[in-house]
Amino acid sequence: MIWNPYYEAIDREKLYTLQFLRLKQTLERVYQLVPFYRESFKQAGAEPGDIRSLDDLQKLPFTVKNDLRDNFPYGLFTVDLNEVVRIHSSSGTTGIPTVVGYTQKDLDTWAELMARTLTAGGATKESVVHIAYGYGLFTGGLGAHYGAEKIGATVVPISGGQTKRQVKMMKDLGTTLLACTPSYALFIAETMEEMDLSPKDLKLRSGVFGAEPWSENMRHVIEEKLQIDAYDIYGLSEIIGPGVSYECPAKAGLHLSEDHFIPEIIDSVTGKVLPEGEKGELVITTISKEALPMIRYRTRDITTLTSEPCACGRTHMRMKKVSGRTDDMLIIRGVNVFPSQIESILLEMGETEPHYQLVVDRVGSLDTLQVLVEVSEQMFSDHVRGLETLENKIRAEIDNLLGVTADVKLVEPKSIPRSEGKAQRVVDKRTL
Amino acid sequence: MIKQISVFLENKSGRLIRIAQILGEAKINIRGLSIADTSDFGILRLIVDQPEKAVKELKDNDIMATLTDVIAIEVPDRPGGLAEVLVYLNKAGINIEYIYSLIDKPAQNAMIMMRVEQIDRALEVLENNNIPIVSSKRIYAF
Repeated sequence: MIWNPYYEAIDREKLYTLQFLRLKQTLERVYQLVPFYRESFKQAGAEPGDIRSLDDLQKLPFTVKNDLRDNFPYGLFTVDLNEVVRIHSSSGTTGIPTVVGYTQKDLDTWAELMARTLTAGGATKESVVHIAYGYGLFTGGLGAHYGAEKIGATVVPISGGQTKRQVKMMKDLGTTLLACTPSYALFIAETMEEMDLSPKDLKLRSGVFGAEPWSENMRHVIEEKLQIDAYDIYGLSEIIGPGVSYECPAKAGLHLSEDHFIPEIIDSVTGKVLPEGEKGELVITTISKEALPMIRYRTRDITTLTSEPCACGRTHMRMKKVSGRTDDMLIIRGVNVFPSQIESILLEMGETEPHYQLVVDRVGSLDTLQVLVEVSEQMFSDHVRGLETLENKIRAEIDNLLGVTADVKLVEPKSIPRSEGKAQRVVDKRTL
Repeated sequence: MIKQISVFLENKSGRLIRIAQILGEAKINIRGLSIADTSDFGILRLIVDQPEKAVKELKDNDIMATLTDVIAIEVPDRPGGLAEVLVYLNKAGINIEYIYSLIDKPAQNAMIMMRVEQIDRALEVLENNNIPIVSSKRIYAF
């Protein structure tokens, strides 16, 4: 099933015309209303009038996450606050979160995109959709929620946690579609085993899973254990949230809604646009958003794009599953974590030059984060209790600022391997 | 007052050997030791004949070590010997953070090392009650 055949299966020539019109409108809008864009366009020597084709988009400068932070909270908005009906936010690396805003039209667009996503994942009016993404400032829960409602499905807004109760609800309510992170889907499968329930006891038929990277291998495990079709979905709050791209039953890449976004793949070092099919960093320009348009936003996600026709009939480009990041961001239980955030916590605790290492692993189906911190002169105390208090304090700060539970462990000086004098910050042992 | 060395130790094999070897090679004699530990790490407390040199040697080998002031006293080596001394400190409201013993060679008395919060006050109480306080000279040169 295709939610919106007119746009999702649009003739690509027509699509280019639509994209160009919407791009021009967006560029005029940000140039006139956002000083940041006006300045950065001028510095790059390009004005909206110089953009005469889609290819000319390359003349414009990139936007990065830091630009959102530098203009915190509303500096990049193109509408008055009274037009903004919703805020979402993610934690920031230096304590300043990234804030994104939506007008009513933006929320409608988002719901449309999630309706496409969920429909591609098997949802219909008859579906019972169990949304176990977190509700709140995180875009996962509410994003999926409005999409499922738009379809007319029966929505169970259960959010995260209390997994046994979740399983019981799915069984009792006859849930047909599960929306959550892939690792939580696995955790649900394990919980079902613990509860002596088999997939036959449930009516679950499919799942749309995102907010963290996962592999083909993990797809097979989830499909096997839950006896469902598992679909990958992609999105980021800076662009709109989940629903930027989504898999169809062909499971051969994620269709990116090109009537709302223009994707490019760049070489993350040189910034040059790469030809179709080459692997690089995904850059997205929004062309229909009102509150917070993004021009050439660097997602830091690594993938490839193809416009080859898809068996499902959709004509939008497909991106491969994200294979990595161009920065050091980690996704732990769906939460974005930068090593620099941990560093700033240690700095705030009076450490002048903290040496630390993040060890990420996956035990069973859940991600674990261990933070190793080398004991320094300032930290060291002759008292066991003093050191334990310090560990607890670091743990509490990480939980407080990042929303991730970490196992904090003090280690001996120089015990973290260093390359060129700098400690290796991240060890990711997860085999996805 | 005695200078005790406090060393941070991760709970993994070979850590104690390494410290003993470093001190041995530097010709530093270990007079006494105790370990306080958790599941992750421990604090090794050492009494040695040359504390400053020992800390330097350990730090040069990337081992976290600091000096801590402790009190050494002699207590009669018989039942109730330790209790008699502790009662004085308790009455004076002095908390003992940790305590361990050393073997003194002419072994009529037991030698007790202790770390307290109010070190000067503790020394005063012990002196007033005629508890033999062991000098650093005697410990180091032993």
